[in-house]
Amino acid sequence: MISLQVSKRLYAAGGEMRLQLDLTIEKGAFISLYGPSGAGKTSTLRILSGLLRPEAGRITVNGTTWFDAEAGVSIPPGERNIGYVFQDYALFPNMSVRENLRFALRDGAPDQRVNELLEVMELGSLAGQKPATLSGGQQQRVALARALVQRPKILLLDEPLSALDPSLRRRLSDYLLEWHQSMGLTTIMVSHDGGEILKLADRVIEMREGEIVRSGSPQEVLFPDLKASGLHMVATLLSKQIDEGTATLEVVVSYPVWPAPYLSLTTDAATAAGWRAGDKITIELTSQGHRLSKR
Amino acid sequence: MPSFSKINEDYSIVCYLETKYLPPMSWSPLILTLQLASVTTVVLFVVGLPLAWWLNRSNSRFKSVAEALISMPLVLPPTVLGFYFLIAFSPGNAFGGWLDEVLGLRLVFSFAGLVVASVIYSLPFMVHPLQSGLAALPASLIDAARLLGKSPWQILTKVQLPNIRPALLTGLVLSFAHTVGEFGVVLMIGGNIPGQTKVASIAIYDEVEAMNYGVANAYSLVLIAISFVVLLGIYRLNGRASTPLEKPITQP
Repeated sequence: MISLQVSKRLYAAGGEMRLQLDLTIEKGAFISLYGPSGAGKTSTLRILSGLLRPEAGRITVNGTTWFDAEAGVSIPPGERNIGYVFQDYALFPNMSVRENLRFALRDGAPDQRVNELLEVMELGSLAGQKPATLSGGQQQRVALARALVQRPKILLLDEPLSALDPSLRRRLSDYLLEWHQSMGLTTIMVSHDGGEILKLADRVIEMREGEIVRSGSPQEVLFPDLKASGLHMVATLLSKQIDEGTATLEVVVSYPVWPAPYLSLTTDAATAAGWRAGDKITIELTSQGHRLSKR
Repeated sequence: MPSFSKINEDYSIVCYLETKYLPPMSWSPLILTLQLASVTTVVLFVVGLPLAWWLNRSNSRFKSVAEALISMPLVLPPTVLGFYFLIAFSPGNAFGGWLDEVLGLRLVFSFAGLVVASVIYSLPFMVHPLQSGLAALPASLIDAARLLGKSPWQILTKVQLPNIRPALLTGLVLSFAHTVGEFGVVLMIGGNIPGQTKVASIAIYDEVEAMNYGVANAYSLVLIAISFVVLLGIYRLNGRASTPLEKPITQP
């Protein structure tokens, strides 16, 4: 469990701002930090990782104190065992893909971990290339692989998918979810993208001007005014996949106008029985989640 | 002073190349120049890198003071620097006396003195390229390395230096070339001792004073050739380093 109570003065483009955080994150959660730019989302990740030093407060993770302003405790970033994917990926330009990953190995750790990650991330054929020769999606995968080399318990993602085109985003968010679950990670992701948040996050924390203004399920935070009545969205079914009683549907939202219209939804197979690609689907969002029906 | 047309008449390059006119040139000043430039460049790298590193990450109020001091040789006449070096290093004065007695180091009219003076005189030519090279690297690279548990030394040698190679090369070559081209400081502090402090630029002045235009011409031509080759080399290398890499592939 991560517990973070800190404050820090920040100097942003709009002048001085006080970042005031009081946050508890359960182990294994997938949290999304949401809010306008300049709200302090990236600074929150930097404070948790130790790259930015708060002026006051405490950070404890699973009972260990990482930071305590009064006691003068601050564990260096390298000892916090955090995987961090930067917005610009921060791949070392002088090193090949493999060398980037090997550089992340702790002294004496076996190379096998690198090979394993290269294979799982489908980077084997690119291992000898320099980052500058890779596409955005490839760089993103290298950055994610490098962040996972040290087997972190916490993964921090700073708008990892924002620079990618929609179809690539979808594939990479699948990767993320898979890794989050299989490695038992606690993941915190900065994102502006409603579709991405709905798909990945268990909980959304909305920030504004350095403060947490709302926290709750994606539906609660993204559609705060619709709890009572529910929001009806209209979408077209692209594909359906049934796996042990659960149907996974890929849809494209046609109403309302949606920033990232491609969604992946799950429902029980009985509901989706007989639906075919091209069918119009109504998605009703409630405070409990979403309900699907055919139009 | 002789007129320059006279020099042209008597000692054109063509004339010089004819063996019968080859003047009795000693290689010693040229070798000394190259020795001085090499030693100075190595010392400057060792001194300049920590300075540039500190300037790049410091928010100290002394930073601007340090930057101003380092840049002074760019604006001061070399004779001003040379004059104060001469005063400071002279064994008759407190500092020079201390150097002489305690360390057995005499910095006036000696090769060691030339190195010390050259290092200070060429300091901005090493520090400025390194500092701007380090500043141009994305901060996230350093952050990423810190998160991986790398020490500042590992970050410097494995991440920062390999990624500022053009700046590094510029710093090294400019320092070397600037030391080759030094005159005023050397004249003031080094004097004119053959084999010890008589570098090429001094030798040229000396030969002109003695009306030996042929020898002066020979030294000058060698210096021109060295400078050109060195600068050509750096532009070639930097040009290659900044050539766009393969076009990124658009598919994942």
